Amino acid sequence: MTPAQIDTALWDLGRATGVISLALLTAVVALGIVTRSGRPLPGLPRFAVSVVHRAASLLAVTFLGVHIITLTLDPQSQLRWIDSIIPFGSRFRPLWVGLGAAAFDLIVALIVTSLLRHRVGRRIWRAIHWTAYAMWPFAMLHTVGSGTDARAPWMVWFLIGCGVTAFVAFGWRISDRFIDYAERVAGTRIPSAFTRADRTVTVGQLTGMRGQR
Amino acid sequence: MIAAEDRFKTAAAATPLIGGSTAAQLSLDAHLAEHGSLPTLSARDVVQFAKWAGLTGHGGAGFPLWRKLDAVARSRGRAVVVGNGAEGEPASGKDQWLLTHRPHLVLDGLQLAAQAVGGSDVFLYANELLPLRQLSRVIAERDRAQMDSRSVEVVAAPDAFISGEESSVVSHLSGAVALPRFKQPPVFERGVRGRPTLVSNVETLAHLALIARHGPDWFRRRGTSEQPGTMLFTVTGAVANPGVVEAPHGARLADVIDLAGGATSRLQAVLIGGYHGAWLSPDVAARARVSAADLAPVGASPGAGVVVALGEHACGLMESSRVLGYLAREAAGQCGPCLNGLPRIAELSHALVTRAANPAAVAELHRVAGLIERRGACHHPDGSVRFLRSALRVFCAELELHHRGRCSRTTDDAVLPTPRRSVRDLPRTGS
Amino acid sequence: MSPKSTKTGPSARRTGPTLAIDWTACDGRGLCAELLPELIKRDDWGFPLIADDAVPAHLLAFAERAVDVCPTLALRLGR
Repeated sequence: MTPAQIDTALWDLGRATGVISLALLTAVVALGIVTRSGRPLPGLPRFAVSVVHRAASLLAVTFLGVHIITLTLDPQSQLRWIDSIIPFGSRFRPLWVGLGAAAFDLIVALIVTSLLRHRVGRRIWRAIHWTAYAMWPFAMLHTVGSGTDARAPWMVWFLIGCGVTAFVAFGWRISDRFIDYAERVAGTRIPSAFTRADRTVTVGQLTGMRGQR
Repeated sequence: MIAAEDRFKTAAAATPLIGGSTAAQLSLDAHLAEHGSLPTLSARDVVQFAKWAGLTGHGGAGFPLWRKLDAVARSRGRAVVVGNGAEGEPASGKDQWLLTHRPHLVLDGLQLAAQAVGGSDVFLYANELLPLRQLSRVIAERDRAQMDSRSVEVVAAPDAFISGEESSVVSHLSGAVALPRFKQPPVFERGVRGRPTLVSNVETLAHLALIARHGPDWFRRRGTSEQPGTMLFTVTGAVANPGVVEAPHGARLADVIDLAGGATSRLQAVLIGGYHGAWLSPDVAARARVSAADLAPVGASPGAGVVVALGEHACGLMESSRVLGYLAREAAGQCGPCLNGLPRIAELSHALVTRAANPAAVAELHRVAGLIERRGACHHPDGSVRFLRSALRVFCAELELHHRGRCSRTTDDAVLPTPRRSVRDLPRTGS
Repeated sequence: MSPKSTKTGPSARRTGPTLAIDWTACDGRGLCAELLPELIKRDDWGFPLIADDAVPAHLLAFAERAVDVCPTLALRLGR
């Protein structure tokens, strides 16, 4: 291959893996929301939903890695290695590429804390995982703003597809009966006979000791 | 003929904590006049004394103190020592009595325990309804007299049933809410703010203070060989002088009730061990002795010394059902089986009281009880189940009466206190 | 008195791996019961019922997966 052909190949690969990454990230977020709800999917018991969510996220970060590497190696992109980690410093469309870097930073944090979940503890893991709700919009905006195919019809449909999926998932997430197991975690109601005021003496009254109940 | 003074001395000898009089000993002078000064003991001495004396915990679990001291002393890190005076049990008043009448004994014991484990931070975790400022003044007087090697911080414990549970104490002192936590790692390894922690009931500490002065042999002169020494009982219900009394481990329950003036009517049952304890039928109660070994065969234990005598005017089933409702209210709300099971148990017990009791309801009660046992972060479900089972056993005749729409109750007065505070109202100080 | 604290002390009476549940974390979602039905059933309200917490050797791999997949890190394996 000629240098020019290699350049084009890198560029094509970079764009393709970018598109695939966004598709996978959208699926990951949707599956993550299903996992959070505590519900199974047809053909997928709850543990399987969780496992597929994790597998998809590792796949996504793999494609993301190729996306970053190919585009950085491509001389025409004017991208430095640092631009994928520190956002908003690139020559080419700093804002939109920067959003991609921000999303990538969050993804690294998400993956690392998830792989080390048992070490890191529930609270830290949950705090970082909440940032997934920022990560996806960053990834989406990055694709819209820095992707050079943004005007092509197939791309528009693709972006609409990802957007609708995420929108529906987010909407479900904040809806009322989202959590499948909410009732059991809230507990059984105590019968009102026990929550009404009743005449009861205190041990203080019984024993003549002041001060306590 | 025993002279009046000798009678006091004999009484004092038999009841070392209460002593010759029930008056409060708040001033340092009064305390030192009564008990003498606290000898200086090395860390090893304290543990040995506790071991030879066979001192067990007075918070309900009865665990040997020396083992706890040893475990904390061996753990890495600067130890924290906590005197537990939360006394969340509504029918118990002994810790409250100790902190308002014999605070110096408790504080002496706290210093000894801190010495034993090399603890640097010492807390007195006392029920918020107690006169805490008075406690602070007592501590201040000791500070002025330079009695204590470590300063003691008084912390208000929320007045809730589970506030005194060991991991609740640790949780509260670590800045979180006073609710139980997962037991691993154990608090003697990682407790308050991750440091090895000793949590000891205030009565245990008071006994330790006396053992340090009089020696382990003196302690062993009373009580049984497995549980030496005396313990405090809170006796209420159908007795002439309800209050806090002291008797040796292994004493006859009937004698303990006599110390509180004796029963004022025929007794239907006696509750021993509090709301996580068990009811005893009158004939069992008449023969019973208050020690872990003697009560285990009848499904009970002395617990923290709560004794409630149920007279003939009350209804044991109603009292028990009300307590079960209280126990459901007082659940921390963290663990599914307890949070769902206890209200269901309360509901079923209420049905037994108010509607026609039927065998299916009783069977269901037993089934749910078995379902929640030992499935929680603390022993709240276990204790509640024990209480329930004893009630179903002892009040089966009453159950029959209710089945026929009648009840033996002839008074509206409640016997067992069930305060309204819910632990779910506890302010969360940040987790 | 208030609920007894767990008795402190070292003695491990069991040899081999055992399951434990941090009940304050468990939401009863049931992923563990899906992966380890031989050992874990669910009660009236969906919370895990473990009849015997000792894990036999042939189920150890599944127990480890169940611990890994628990969404609230409630299931623990002690060795």
